[in-house]
Amino acid sequence: MIIKTNALTKHYGKIEAVRGIDLNIEKGEIFGLLGPNGAGKTTTIGMLCTIVRPTSGSATIAGCDVIKEPAQVRRKVGIVFQDPTLDTVLTGTENLELHARLYGIPSAIRKKRITEMLELVDLRERSNDLTRTYSGGMRRRLELARGLLHRPAVLFLDEPTLGLDPQTRARIWEYIKKMAQREQTTVVLTTHYMEEAELVCGRVGIIDHGRIIELDSPDALKESMGGDMVIIKVKEPDFEQIRLLPYVSDVSINDGLVEIVMKKANQHLPDLLSHIKNVECVEMRTPTLSDVFIKLTGRDIREDAAEDSGGWVDSVVRYRQRGS
Amino acid sequence: MNDKRVRRELMGIYAVWWREFKVFQREKSRIVSSIVQPLMWLFLFGSGVGASVSVSNINYQDYIYPGILTMLVLFGSVYFGLYIVWDRKLDVLKAVLVAPVSRLSVFMGKVLGGCTDVTLQIIILFLFSFLFPSVNPWGIPQALLLLFITSIALVSMGLALGSLFESLEGFQLISSFLIFPLFFLSGALFPVDDKLPLWLRGLVKLNPLTYAVDGVRGSLLNINIFPFYVDFIVVASFAAIMFLLGSVLFSRMK
Repeated sequence: MIIKTNALTKHYGKIEAVRGIDLNIEKGEIFGLLGPNGAGKTTTIGMLCTIVRPTSGSATIAGCDVIKEPAQVRRKVGIVFQDPTLDTVLTGTENLELHARLYGIPSAIRKKRITEMLELVDLRERSNDLTRTYSGGMRRRLELARGLLHRPAVLFLDEPTLGLDPQTRARIWEYIKKMAQREQTTVVLTTHYMEEAELVCGRVGIIDHGRIIELDSPDALKESMGGDMVIIKVKEPDFEQIRLLPYVSDVSINDGLVEIVMKKANQHLPDLLSHIKNVECVEMRTPTLSDVFIKLTGRDIREDAAEDSGGWVDSVVRYRQRGS
Repeated sequence: MNDKRVRRELMGIYAVWWREFKVFQREKSRIVSSIVQPLMWLFLFGSGVGASVSVSNINYQDYIYPGILTMLVLFGSVYFGLYIVWDRKLDVLKAVLVAPVSRLSVFMGKVLGGCTDVTLQIIILFLFSFLFPSVNPWGIPQALLLLFITSIALVSMGLALGSLFESLEGFQLISSFLIFPLFFLSGALFPVDDKLPLWLRGLVKLNPLTYAVDGVRGSLLNINIFPFYVDFIVVASFAAIMFLLGSVLFSRMK
């Protein structure tokens, strides 16, 4: 077990940001903490990186206690923060040199390691340019390289694709997967892009109001929905009758649309439709993590993101989501 | 094991210093303006006032030269320290503060970085000393030492204030209510003698920078109120107190 937490808790005054989290993460996993803004993701990561002092509970990383041995923990973790933290007055190489010295990487291997990491994120050619001339995606890639430079046992990524356009986001995830594999690093990431997490994470923990409410592999979580999703637009739905059908697991109304969760939709759909009058349109799909989240919390994670927004980053995200 | 830890911290101090030095090298326009400003004081203000005033039988420009050197240290150091407010806003410091290096080492690296910046600027200003005939070039090393210690005090003070402020709005306040009073009350521009009103003389003598100006003036012009060792002790104690205060506040900074 590379990460182990026991009732990890953080209160800010009266606000209970994190309310007792128990996590066991294996070496080599890519683990996702998913949840809306303000769910406690960043605070949890902060405690694991020793930036935030837990109110109670405990956590160890690679056997080191985050409260009692913060210096050892810091050496064992790499962090990519939600907001960019590159030194824009320095070049790409210089940013990595600064980091290498701060982490005590001996000068004998420093140069080689920096070159290696720059190549891994395809920034070798731009390495002598000031990072203020880099695009958002390039900066993120350099931060990934920096986070892995000192060969951490665990790499923490807090919303690694926030504020990037969809195409760049997809590329960043590819880099994350590639690098985690090559460096054999355990990765713990937070995101509220559910679809993206599905693609990279081996296991995800869904976090809401400071608690982990569900934890499993994305596939298992989706299976737990109880089948496929069928969404029907209809004038006067007769729920009760539909609910009684043997293959239907759940029926709900969302935005005037009837959402039905059912087993083997490809086989049973004709029969289902024969029970409903005046169907205007039908959509059938396999459930996503977003559906899981809605089922667990009764809310859409994107609505939450929009509600909690205060900063410009959120408005950008909202804008992009609306556009896509 | 302990040895290893010390080496790591030293490397951390060096890393932070190295970053500051890179920034210094890159911001050439800042260096130029920081040198031009004192030169304007010396040649525009100094020659203007010097046309009708001379002090202690030497010309006014020569008289204020040590004061202007101290002024450069004052402004350069405090603003350097305050700059961390900006660093924090841009999150540049965040990545440094999560590194396995103690806060004290980061603080020391910053202080050394600031002192290096300021000392290099002072050395450039010393290159102009031949324009001031009363200045004794043999006194320069002693003056430089005192100015270096002064910059330790003032960079620490700037970092201490920078740790307390969350926004840049405090800058103007600090300029108006701290930096300028310290400058005007240091005897940089006028002699501290019996002709001064009593209240002003009292304030000047309470200002630790007065001792820096006096020590530098003593070294370069052989005009002094206090013996050099008194100036040295006051400035060194001021530096020690500010360094301590700064390191405590910096360590507590969020």
